[in-house]
Amino acid sequence: MKILVPLKRVCDPDNANKVKVSGDGKAVTSEGLEWKPNPFDEYAVEAALRLNENAAKNEKLGEIVVCSIGVADVAQTIRQALAMGADRGILVTADDGALESTVVARALKALVEKEKPDLVLMGKQTVDGDSNAVGQMLAEMLGWPMATFVASISTSDGGKSLNVKREVDMGVVTLKVTTPAVVTVDLRIVSPEAVKNGATPDSHKYNEGPRYASLKGIMQAKKKKIDQLELPALGSDATPATTYPRFELPPARSGSCTFVESVDALVDKLKNQAKAF
Amino acid sequence: MALDNESLDQLIKGVRRFVKERLVPLEAQVAETDEVPSEIIREMGEMGLFGMSVPEQYGGLGLNAEEEMAIAFEMGQTSPAFRSKIGTNVGIGSQGIVLDGTEEQKEKYLPKIASGEIIASFALTEPDAGSDAGAQKTTAIRDGDSYILNGTKRFITNAPEAGLFTVFARTDPQSKGTKGVSAFLVESGVPGLSLGKNDVKMGQRGAHTCDVIFDDCRVPASALLGGVEGQGFKTAMKTLDRGRLHIAAVCTGIAERLIRDSLAYAMERKQFGRPIAEFQLIQDMLAQSRTEAYAARCMVMETAKKRDAGENVSTEASCCKLFCTEMVGRVADRAVQIYGGAGYVAEYGIERFYRDVRLFRLYEGTSEIQKLVIARNMIRGAS
Repeated sequence: MKILVPLKRVCDPDNANKVKVSGDGKAVTSEGLEWKPNPFDEYAVEAALRLNENAAKNEKLGEIVVCSIGVADVAQTIRQALAMGADRGILVTADDGALESTVVARALKALVEKEKPDLVLMGKQTVDGDSNAVGQMLAEMLGWPMATFVASISTSDGGKSLNVKREVDMGVVTLKVTTPAVVTVDLRIVSPEAVKNGATPDSHKYNEGPRYASLKGIMQAKKKKIDQLELPALGSDATPATTYPRFELPPARSGSCTFVESVDALVDKLKNQAKAF
Repeated sequence: MALDNESLDQLIKGVRRFVKERLVPLEAQVAETDEVPSEIIREMGEMGLFGMSVPEQYGGLGLNAEEEMAIAFEMGQTSPAFRSKIGTNVGIGSQGIVLDGTEEQKEKYLPKIASGEIIASFALTEPDAGSDAGAQKTTAIRDGDSYILNGTKRFITNAPEAGLFTVFARTDPQSKGTKGVSAFLVESGVPGLSLGKNDVKMGQRGAHTCDVIFDDCRVPASALLGGVEGQGFKTAMKTLDRGRLHIAAVCTGIAERLIRDSLAYAMERKQFGRPIAEFQLIQDMLAQSRTEAYAARCMVMETAKKRDAGENVSTEASCCKLFCTEMVGRVADRAVQIYGGAGYVAEYGIERFYRDVRLFRLYEGTSEIQKLVIARNMIRGAS
């Protein structure tokens, strides 16, 4: 199966408190921030690797192409996915400030038409903008089946369709989607037995979470190909459908921690002071 | 070939993430059970950590000294027991073969050492030959196409798990001192090779040492490292050179971890209504530790660069080993002091590091031996 994994870089969520807003409130400044792959996109890379390998025999079964849209430095983020085992990358260069969900979805549509993957596998949302929109928009634009917030995938009909499970508030929804399709993944897609591809034995248990790139993989990633093109060259409409007039940081928290002597004292404070019940 | 900056940066970040997410949470468990979980050892193998210093043509990463030390700084950020699992394959257990092995020996063993499929151990120390490594009593007597080994090796790191030992033994029993000592590659499980009980140590639980006993242990003549008798001591000394720098880097990493933990604690812990970090006597300890760890990092990197440039760094490597191992002892002591009572109880893990780091001043050449190496090199250079 050929899988296209769109990947976005985000500022390190562990250092998100360093995010600053420019003086005029028109932009988020990124100076001094560390960049990481969006965690949900990294889960998508892991799920793609699991779908396209026989883990018992250490064999690859298909091609995984990772793509991203952003400034030239984003190539480093793509290379992190290549180090994990993806085969090649595509970087569409564009100014971060000119990107929003619709522009990204249109660009991805153009890339899908060019690459003709069997599956677009991506994070359910990014942890910076939290828009949770691109996957859905892309499926609509392509007219492809879609499954969002997917927590497990197993292939059927020889890879022509996917049985996916989505965890929702009231339980688990099972869907069958025929490829080509757009699937967005949730955290649990990287649990040890979340992906079954018919090649890796069903008894195989992966480690929890996305795999660590091997040191050799990191060294070889530099040799893998990343095609680079500018956004206008894709021919997709780059007019933003939404704009961000203003950014504000949340007000500083004034919370403090108090130690209480007993459970009774805690209940009393929760009831009478915090009015928690 | 040296890596480009981005690849090295990714390498460092990859190991940092692995240490933070996989190893640090297991520190207390490893100390309690005296065992690094087998899945962690497998993961370290998959990452390629066992093969850092093995040349690429034999399946390793072939990192140069600067790159290896950058990784060693990161591996130092957690319990040394984890680093010890890969330590002998990266250092003393593999480098003898890399430096002086025959092509056949390299092809036979290095790929398995690089993957972690076999653990390589270095058997030099004996009950009566510690710092006086030339006082080897173990013998290897030629008998037709074989050698017969007799003797006992002591405190041999990773011996309980080892698949291969680099054993130093006297091929000329009449010889004295360092001459007449040869190195052999002995596979575990051969008749006549047995192991003592695991040593009960002061710290570094999870890293194992024991006696290795040779009792009429017959090995083929092809086990002679490099195929030449009498070169063993030279091999041992060359092997220890890069190893000393590696230990210095690990100590620097541990010091940085302890400083980070001490600082966080000092900023959190309140006495007299203020975080103790605001008190100048605490600041004095933090500043001393920070300065010493910075000096350590600088000297290790400087020496690694010189070594990669082809310079003889025997003196500098000993300077690094001496300073960094002593330095981490002082930093650990201050960490206990900053933590106060919490530093003395096991729950916080600080006392564990305090015990763990004591070993570094002893193995791969005591501090006293490093001083001798440094001073003798100085005198030799001036005369």
